[in-house]
Amino acid sequence: MDHLLAVRDLRVSFRLPEGVVEAVKGVSFTIDPGASVALVGESGSGKSVISQAIMGLLPKAGTIDTGEILLRDPASGQITDIAALDRNSVQMREIRGGRISIIFPEPNTSLSALHTIGDQISEALSLHRAVTRSEALELTAEMLRLAGFPDPQRALRTYPFELSGGLRQRAMIAMALVCHPALLIADEPTTALDVTIQAQILKQIRDLQQELHMALLLITHDLGVVANMAEEVVVIYHGEVMEYGTLDHIFREPSHPYLKALLRAVPRFDMARDERLVPIREIKPNTDNLHTPQHPLPADYDRHRPILSVRNVRKQFRIRATGGGHETRVQAVDDVSFDIMRGECLGLVGESGCGKTTLSKILMQALKPDQGQVSFYDGYRDIDLLALDGRELTDFRQRMQFVFQDPFSSLNPRMTIYDILTEPLVIHKVGTRRQRQTIARELMELVGLDVRYLQRYPHSFSGGQRQRIGIARALALSPELIICDEPVSALDVSVQAQILNLLKDLQKQLGLTYLFISHNLAVVDYIADRIAVMCRGQLVELAPKELLFRRPLHPYTQALLSAVPDPNPDHLLDFERLMLDRASDPLAWPAPFTHHPDAPASLIEVEDGHYVRAAAGTRREELVA
Amino acid sequence: MLRYIVRRVLMMIPTLLVISVLVFTIIQLPPGDYLTTMVNELQSQGENVSQERIAYLREEYGLDRNPVEQYLYWVGGLLQGDLGHSFEHDKPVSEVVGDRMFMTMVVAFVTTLFVYVMSFPIGVYSAVRQYSAGDFALSFLGFIGLATPNFLLALILMYLAKAYFGTDIGGLMDARYIDQPWTWGKAMSVLEHLWVPVIVIGTAGTAGMIRRLRANLLDELHKQYVVTAKAKGLAPGKVLVKYPLRMALNPFIADIGNLLPEMISGAVIVSVVLGLETTGPMLLKALQSQDMYLAGSFLMFISLLTVVGTLISDLALAVLDPRIRLEGGRKR
Repeated sequence: MDHLLAVRDLRVSFRLPEGVVEAVKGVSFTIDPGASVALVGESGSGKSVISQAIMGLLPKAGTIDTGEILLRDPASGQITDIAALDRNSVQMREIRGGRISIIFPEPNTSLSALHTIGDQISEALSLHRAVTRSEALELTAEMLRLAGFPDPQRALRTYPFELSGGLRQRAMIAMALVCHPALLIADEPTTALDVTIQAQILKQIRDLQQELHMALLLITHDLGVVANMAEEVVVIYHGEVMEYGTLDHIFREPSHPYLKALLRAVPRFDMARDERLVPIREIKPNTDNLHTPQHPLPADYDRHRPILSVRNVRKQFRIRATGGGHETRVQAVDDVSFDIMRGECLGLVGESGCGKTTLSKILMQALKPDQGQVSFYDGYRDIDLLALDGRELTDFRQRMQFVFQDPFSSLNPRMTIYDILTEPLVIHKVGTRRQRQTIARELMELVGLDVRYLQRYPHSFSGGQRQRIGIARALALSPELIICDEPVSALDVSVQAQILNLLKDLQKQLGLTYLFISHNLAVVDYIADRIAVMCRGQLVELAPKELLFRRPLHPYTQALLSAVPDPNPDHLLDFERLMLDRASDPLAWPAPFTHHPDAPASLIEVEDGHYVRAAAGTRREELVA
Repeated sequence: MLRYIVRRVLMMIPTLLVISVLVFTIIQLPPGDYLTTMVNELQSQGENVSQERIAYLREEYGLDRNPVEQYLYWVGGLLQGDLGHSFEHDKPVSEVVGDRMFMTMVVAFVTTLFVYVMSFPIGVYSAVRQYSAGDFALSFLGFIGLATPNFLLALILMYLAKAYFGTDIGGLMDARYIDQPWTWGKAMSVLEHLWVPVIVIGTAGTAGMIRRLRANLLDELHKQYVVTAKAKGLAPGKVLVKYPLRMALNPFIADIGNLLPEMISGAVIVSVVLGLETTGPMLLKALQSQDMYLAGSFLMFISLLTVVGTLISDLALAVLDPRIRLEGGRKR
């Protein structure tokens, strides 16, 4: 056998209280030494189970029924069948961490918070190599340097919670690679990270793969990542291989219907203006008998007045550490101003920690800003949102609703769907019991769910269905403006396409206005009319989407755009040009974009509706050049 | 860190002051004072007490002064280390409490040790072998331990010892050693008697601790960092001890603060039933007879233990858990 790893007719089943579930049904593929293979599939497809089987880390309930996982030790040439080994045997433990390593998706939870990085990484070394403690620490520091830690010696003594998400994932990579394994399994290594960090981590994995000459098994649902990292692709669906071939073959001549459907469901930058994503399971919203809006607009309302106007909003958080008297202040939202027009979708893009969620909380009156105005035009007059309180505020809330990011924790597990959908109506004393029943039924039809599900509890729904329930709940009071905070980031691509199309259709048919917050540029590009880019609490660029993507002016926007992996082998990421770590540092931006506390900066209109933040007084020509 | 400790210690002062006011008020709440209780008692026994004598004693004990003065006198004494004078025993409180306090500490310490030594391995076993026969059996025992009232257990043990071994296990030592100076024989006698109160007082604590450790550990066992440790090739036993167990220890330590005062004051009924020479029954008696200084100083002592215990457990947590040490108290 020349392959490093050969999986042959692997079948894995789980014995659960509900019965036996076959998670992997006869999967076969091979990995050559030094090769990059991607295992692609949606959640629940069984791709992670395959990685657990290879690592001998299947949960107690899971068993390998048939099949072999052959590993050829590159050093000795000896061939071992992992499937036949006892998971806790000495032999298996030598392979695990020594010959094959794994990186997990969640850098926040996959490291122990009670042990230093140095301790956790050097532990792997002392298990597989005959080294002294000081040698182990030295090798660990060297590995941390390779993994991109600026100060490895210091990093040895830090705890995971002192590091950013990106650095934690780097520590995880260092831990996996410190014993120089022959195969690295990367299970969704960048899903939890921001795009610019994702690009850096992918680059790091690629560089290290070459340097250490190891094979890579990349497990992901992100076809963009696949296009940039893999040489061969295995597409898994319901525990079976749908298609297996080289990267070019997969992207250029997809033959299996599932793969074709998957490719059509991913939003891309080069989509035509009216092109629609094709979800694997399309839902048809039924708006035929929708209840009439509660706040009809007057015939003569001003169409050119923005529905929501935000001016100079600022919010500062104080972070205080006990023990030391020092107090750090974080300017979460820094002088943000924008308008949302009635009926449009404004996309708000930024990385985690840029203040976009704080901003949305201010708009929803969950937080009071330190400064600034927020006003809402209801067709008759401007309502000063920050001055509302008590009864007026409660009444106003009907006009503005929220769709949350996590469909799992945003629905109360102890309430039926009927109770969840009618709760807003009860709070605002809308309608009689009978009318509420009708509205709940209409809402279910609106998001394409069967009305018979009304008496069920949230746990019996999938993530996508739950998010539709969340959307239905937001629609219950017939709001005019809906703030969607990362509504699709927890969902699979095919479900994501479904929800995006649903949101689009509802917007058109009900005349809704959206503020759509996301870190995924392709998603925002698909759904939004105008896009605002936020960084370190400030709006740095605001433009209609065609302009923003065709001609990004701000260095941060450019860095963001250049870091998005496109699911297209012809448009690969330029890893060499990535602005490492500096993209979101305002002090590293070139003039006139440099943000300095003393130098006032403001949004400057470059062309029609295209604003860029730059030093006050900068001329238009300088920015365009 | 030092700053933190100093601040915590300073915070104890107002806490204890508030407690002292509460203690004093509560003791003063029932109508009358120690003298009226005493006179009632004497009269019920058919003895007569002259009014002059009562007035004399009232002045002597300072009971004729107003409550605020009495409070200040008491607290002032406490600050100088003077616990006051017990009316009932007609001795300084420190003398009355002295030996009993030592025995109480011994019982409390051994009981705590018993609780930890018993609950730790059982809790770990029940979590790691969840739903096994052993887990079910130990959990069943644990629930019985939780559900049985302590004094009942004490009575059962006393009965069994008397019926089958013919020994009287009441008290903390053989009757002939009581109020005698410490000798080797006395110490051995204490050890001989100690196991009964330790089991009786410790059972409920052990059972509770087992349940808590089991629940904590079960939560931790399925966390991602445990899988990470396994993925390194670490042996299962070492994974358990180094990662999830360490994480599950926090509540164990956080409990120290509650454990100390509970052991000293909470075992009153058991002490009465078993006739233990500890402070619990004395506190009860002092409260009944409104022996103000004895009860008050004693309650203050327990409060001090609680506050100090909490501080110790907080400091221990900070030492063990870097998240608390480095991030703790960070607030928005």
